[in-house]
Amino acid sequence: MMGRGLNIFLGLYVGLIFAFVFAPILFSLVFSLNSQRFPTIPLGEFTLEWYVQIWNDEDVWQAVRNSVIVSSSTAVLATFLGFCTAYSDFRYNFRFKGPYLALILLPPTIPLIIMALAMLAWLSRIGLSGQLWSIILAHSVLTAPFAMALIRLRLHQMDPDLEAAAWNLGGSEWQAMRHVIVPFCAPAIVSALCLTAAISFDEFAVSWFVSGLNKTVPIVILEIVQGNIDPTVNAIGTFVFLTSMTLVILAQVIFIGRQIKSHS
Amino acid sequence: MSEPLVTFRNVEKRFDDFVAVRDMSLDIHEGEFLAIMGSSGCGKTTTLRMLAGLEAPTSGEIRIGGRLMNDVKPHERDTPLVWQSLALFPFLTARENVEFGLKMRGMAAAERKRRALDWLERMQIEAFAERNVATLSGGQKQRVALARSLVMEPRMLLLDEPLSALDANLVIRMQGVLTRLQRELGITFVYVTHSQSEAFAMADRVVIMSQGDIAQIGSPKDIYRAPANRFVAEFVGRNNILSGTVGETGGNGLHIDTPQGRFVAHMPETVPAQGAEVSFTVSADLVTLSLTEPEAVNKVQATLISEEFIGSVVTLFFEGADRLEFKVQMQERALLELDLEPGSAVWLSWEAENANILEDN
Repeated sequence: MMGRGLNIFLGLYVGLIFAFVFAPILFSLVFSLNSQRFPTIPLGEFTLEWYVQIWNDEDVWQAVRNSVIVSSSTAVLATFLGFCTAYSDFRYNFRFKGPYLALILLPPTIPLIIMALAMLAWLSRIGLSGQLWSIILAHSVLTAPFAMALIRLRLHQMDPDLEAAAWNLGGSEWQAMRHVIVPFCAPAIVSALCLTAAISFDEFAVSWFVSGLNKTVPIVILEIVQGNIDPTVNAIGTFVFLTSMTLVILAQVIFIGRQIKSHS
Repeated sequence: MSEPLVTFRNVEKRFDDFVAVRDMSLDIHEGEFLAIMGSSGCGKTTTLRMLAGLEAPTSGEIRIGGRLMNDVKPHERDTPLVWQSLALFPFLTARENVEFGLKMRGMAAAERKRRALDWLERMQIEAFAERNVATLSGGQKQRVALARSLVMEPRMLLLDEPLSALDANLVIRMQGVLTRLQRELGITFVYVTHSQSEAFAMADRVVIMSQGDIAQIGSPKDIYRAPANRFVAEFVGRNNILSGTVGETGGNGLHIDTPQGRFVAHMPETVPAQGAEVSFTVSADLVTLSLTEPEAVNKVQATLISEEFIGSVVTLFFEGADRLEFKVQMQERALLELDLEPGSAVWLSWEAENANILEDN
């Protein structure tokens, strides 16, 4: 049958795409466990040496600490902002609502390098550049639209009578928010937290411009690569990749899992 | 009668240019089962939402228990609503749904659990108390929604087409549940529906709305037997409507000259002037059918066009002189004895007291 042949073709096609996307990462993983200094084949022996090196590197530790602080703070701030905007869109009708939403969704469409330059100019003008806070603020602006899109999608699935039902049963607007809106959006909120954290954890351009002396993990990676050929970069890369993937997969599983459940 | 529980005084509700409710004045009494009926967009749901505080009237006054409610927020009222969509909280169990209102009031967990379980038991769904509401059937959800409102022990329960999502058998069952609850609790039910059978089966009084106006208020029997105007006559039941001008007003009733001849109607309270245009209705089930010309004051000759069966009752459609259309409702058993077929010519007759003059055309 034609369907069968098509299925095989599509399967190969998808396989090829995955190979294309993940092969470099796989290589990085393989070489991070390889004793040879240069990434060549044949491989040397299996070793954890590069991991031990970064484990003992105070610079890397400081960068990881910075990255964790920045990405977790960004996640909370961006998700809060995203939730508020999504709710304002769900609840209210007002003039210029179209432009309002378009403006909110704008940041990810701006080239990162331009965004980074603008952030640097602006933050240094108001005396906020060169601190960890600067990165958190900039990343929040950058990632809030993703949080808003996820939460908005969830709110659209909600029966609009639910909130009114909470008022009708004696709940004030704040109580309705706490006991109905937030629990209903919980899966989207958790997903948004994971996703924004992942984006922030990976982000390089903006961090590099506004961070000053506070290096995050991607900045440290660049410095290592700039200096010389050092296999520790493969070890760090693998670590960053696994962290981000875990967060993104978590976000997907939580959001889609709940969606399937509420549709069955 | 004592002070009404709810009064609407000249209430109007506009949405931009659209008038949803126009100059409404209505009393709702303590302990009555009031149905508000009309087709979609007639303002019945807006009326209910104004009672719950979800819409504020544009002008006029709404009082509940004497207190002016125009600007009272929904959560400061005691007007639980059973939603058309049910609006159960999907992330909670049946019991947690029922407890919700008590929790908002700040009741202790043990007490609110006890009360919620009491109500679930009363609604015969205690077995599903700890189940997520999403997993319940339509009828079970309906009962959770009722329990969630009634556990608040309100003076008045609002219901917005609560049975519209259920299948026919279940609707009849739930009608029984609702009327029994209302009698036992003795509280006021305000029930919005587009279904005539639901309204007439359950309500003490029915309000019929049309395009934001109240078309008629009365008991189901009043509305069925004596529709006040053409809208109600056409909306409710199977009414034959005839129009003509008032002839002399004799002692035996009002004489009306129509293209089909002169008919005598029951004398209304306000007698129209001679020569005035009037319409009257004759209920389809109050018409007598005979093969030979009967000894009756009101009679017309007509030809059978078609038949329509609904259970044991059959509706016959007739045509007469001057484009007269006439409907007659009778038991199927009685029809068999007459042995009619399409094209048969018969006499239709009715008593003067069964001809009801419409207040306006």
